[in-house]
Amino acid sequence: MQELMSGNEAIARGAWEAGVTFASGYPGTPSTEILENAVQYKADMYCEWAPNEKVAFEAAAGAALAGARSFCTMKHVGLNVAADPLMTLAYVGTAGGFVAVVADDPGMHSSQNEQDTRQYARFAKIPVLEPADAGEAREFMKKAFGISERHRTPVILRSTTRVSHARSLVALAEREEHPPTGFVKDPPRFVPIPAWGRKMRVKVEARLHELRTAAELSDLNRVEMAGNELGIIACGIAYQYVKEVFPEAAVLKLGWSYPFPDATIRDFASKVKRLLVVEELDDFVEEHVRSLGIPCDGRDLVPGIGELSPERLRIVRARMEGRDTEAATMVAEAVDLPGRPPVLCPGCPHRGVFTALGRFDVVVAGDIGCYSLGVMPPLNRMDTILCMGGGVSVAHGIAKSGEKKKVVGMVGDSTFFHSGITGLLDVAVNRSDVVICVVDNRTTAMTGHQDHPGTGRTLMGDDTVAVSIEEMARCCGINRVRTVYPYDIEATVGAFKEELEAPGPSVIVSRAPCPLARKMTLGKPLKVVAEKCRKCGACLRIGCPAIEAADRRPSINTNACVGCGICPQMCKFDAIRLDQEEEERALT
Amino acid sequence: MSETSSVILAGVGGQGILLASNILSRAALLAGHDVKTNEVHGMAQRGGSVVAEIRYGEKVHSPLIEPFAACALGSLEQIEALRYAHVLAPGALAVVSRMRLVPTTVSSGAAKYPDDIGERLARAFPNLRHIDAAAAAEKAGNPRANNLVVLGALSMGLDFPEALWEKAIAECVKAKFVDMNVVAFSLGRRLAS
Ligand code: SF4
Ligand code: SF4
Repeated sequence: MQELMSGNEAIARGAWEAGVTFASGYPGTPSTEILENAVQYKADMYCEWAPNEKVAFEAAAGAALAGARSFCTMKHVGLNVAADPLMTLAYVGTAGGFVAVVADDPGMHSSQNEQDTRQYARFAKIPVLEPADAGEAREFMKKAFGISERHRTPVILRSTTRVSHARSLVALAEREEHPPTGFVKDPPRFVPIPAWGRKMRVKVEARLHELRTAAELSDLNRVEMAGNELGIIACGIAYQYVKEVFPEAAVLKLGWSYPFPDATIRDFASKVKRLLVVEELDDFVEEHVRSLGIPCDGRDLVPGIGELSPERLRIVRARMEGRDTEAATMVAEAVDLPGRPPVLCPGCPHRGVFTALGRFDVVVAGDIGCYSLGVMPPLNRMDTILCMGGGVSVAHGIAKSGEKKKVVGMVGDSTFFHSGITGLLDVAVNRSDVVICVVDNRTTAMTGHQDHPGTGRTLMGDDTVAVSIEEMARCCGINRVRTVYPYDIEATVGAFKEELEAPGPSVIVSRAPCPLARKMTLGKPLKVVAEKCRKCGACLRIGCPAIEAADRRPSINTNACVGCGICPQMCKFDAIRLDQEEEERALT
Repeated sequence: MSETSSVILAGVGGQGILLASNILSRAALLAGHDVKTNEVHGMAQRGGSVVAEIRYGEKVHSPLIEPFAACALGSLEQIEALRYAHVLAPGALAVVSRMRLVPTTVSSGAAKYPDDIGERLARAFPNLRHIDAAAAAEKAGNPRANNLVVLGALSMGLDFPEALWEKAIAECVKAKFVDMNVVAFSLGRRLAS
């Protein structure tokens, strides 16, 4: 049977078919939908959101040490958070199969950097598989568990945006059962104290050697011989673009790129007159091919910044053939189109916080989530972003550096649980005079509304303890903790004013649920009374997409407005109100 | 050179591009084709400009469409149609909803929504159906069914029988919404014929 599936759905399916019984992860584009789909198999496969990627990785590792087939999911930067357990699980190895699914985001569609996860595989000396579409994602997932168990090694399955979010046909199979074998006590195997760790270190090298041989023989790497003028080595999605743009070329498709199958590469190279390596992000394979003494083209022709596309490979091809390399131009009618960047939704509670913060001349250290959008005009109320949890610790560092301005750290609820808590301990213990604002919208909004430790619900759909951010902050040693309702601008301004003036650190929790997550409105749509509006532009400075303006004359799109009531608080002339009929109805 | 057909759908996050893409790819599948699609998820969806690419044929490799290679473009908003105009093959069918969604860059005064959008569309797309999809959606009983109306109009230029489209819709939406969506879709077809 065949189904049309996204790469992420196919990965979840592959895990289920492989007999996985444990899955953990933290949401992050483009990996999020893997667990969201995995949970449909919850009768056979336990699935959870962990507070962060390190915890997800460790939990899945624990399950594998107890003999279960397990996997964890994250985006590329999530693996930085989980790098610590990764590097040592590579030594300890696994009992049940263990796969870390990591989705890279070339082109940074929804990320703060570009990273090539394959480097981590080489760093940790473990295998990495690179599917090229959803069909392969399912198949490779199953094979990854086989490799993991046969060689007692963690395996990385590397996806990318165009594998995870592209849909294609997937052949389905039944589930194989692999019940957990149970934990078998064996300290020299599972405990890397130096004496045993040194032995593991030697084993890692021996395993790498075995893995190389296995990769040589594996059908995950295959040669599609055609003419011998041009041979292309391609990995992941780049393979699809190569097939499209160089249909006549011989191709070595590396589905299992590390450890590199040297003999396969040498043999392929010897059969073609010219060799080209096409891969997304780093010149991972190319560098190795060169180190084997094999001349090839790669980064000299194929860009390593941003994602590849058939369009970009056309340009590569033209260059190879000495033709003009002009990129396709926009049509003339499309020049000077207004941009349409992502914005905070109508009625987003973060808008209230940014509007209030706009009244203060402070430095704002921000973090990662929908509220990152507050850096953009017209809000302009965020000054730095580093990484998950960085909003808290960076604020601490700025304040401690002797900065003259007051410092506010901003962090979301899910991000607070992810890695804001440790930063807050630094703030409390080492006494920085910062205000940390936790913008709590009761969900992990940006990745599509997942639960987190504060929501009281698990991925499996069960009720659970809802951890309180306020209590957590007090436990961390913060004495001044208060909660505000961000739609009340004056009250929010007042809270910031008091906390910025008070000596020592404070935490302000801004709490209101994300209206998009609950598909809710906060009130009736409002309208601008034209006779009262003096076109001062105050309501336009909150960046609500429901307020449209032509020549500074605002009007509210009643289909988009959710009646949050922020814009009327901006208007000095009382020009924004319920429309008349509504008002009359409200009075009677 | 290739037998693969490519369709691009454009719009604004939240307008229902994903559903339209699902239905179209389902129709291609029911017609016996190999299918690949590419869709946008994550941050860009927060009211940003979004596209979906659908490719079908005997054997499809890339989910991404090359410039000037799409055989049809459907857009749920006017400036979004122009933004992706360079993906459409010259002279190919473009269905554009008369919907005008003002981006915040315009409201804040940083940019201007083109006054001459109608003329621009007519110049950019010689084979244009500039339709009042919102009115048709209203008529079908759901102002948000703009996406199905545009898809219906677009279907006039694609090679699948109407019954197959209806089957595709039925497989992609909840049972209680099938009728409304089919009505919106056929109103779209009528607008384009
Ligand atoms: S999804 Fe929720 S949190 Fe994100 S911008 Fe929209 S309203 Fe705000
Ligand atoms: S009340 Fe004002 S700020 Fe709130 S959603 Fe409506 S238009 Fe936007």
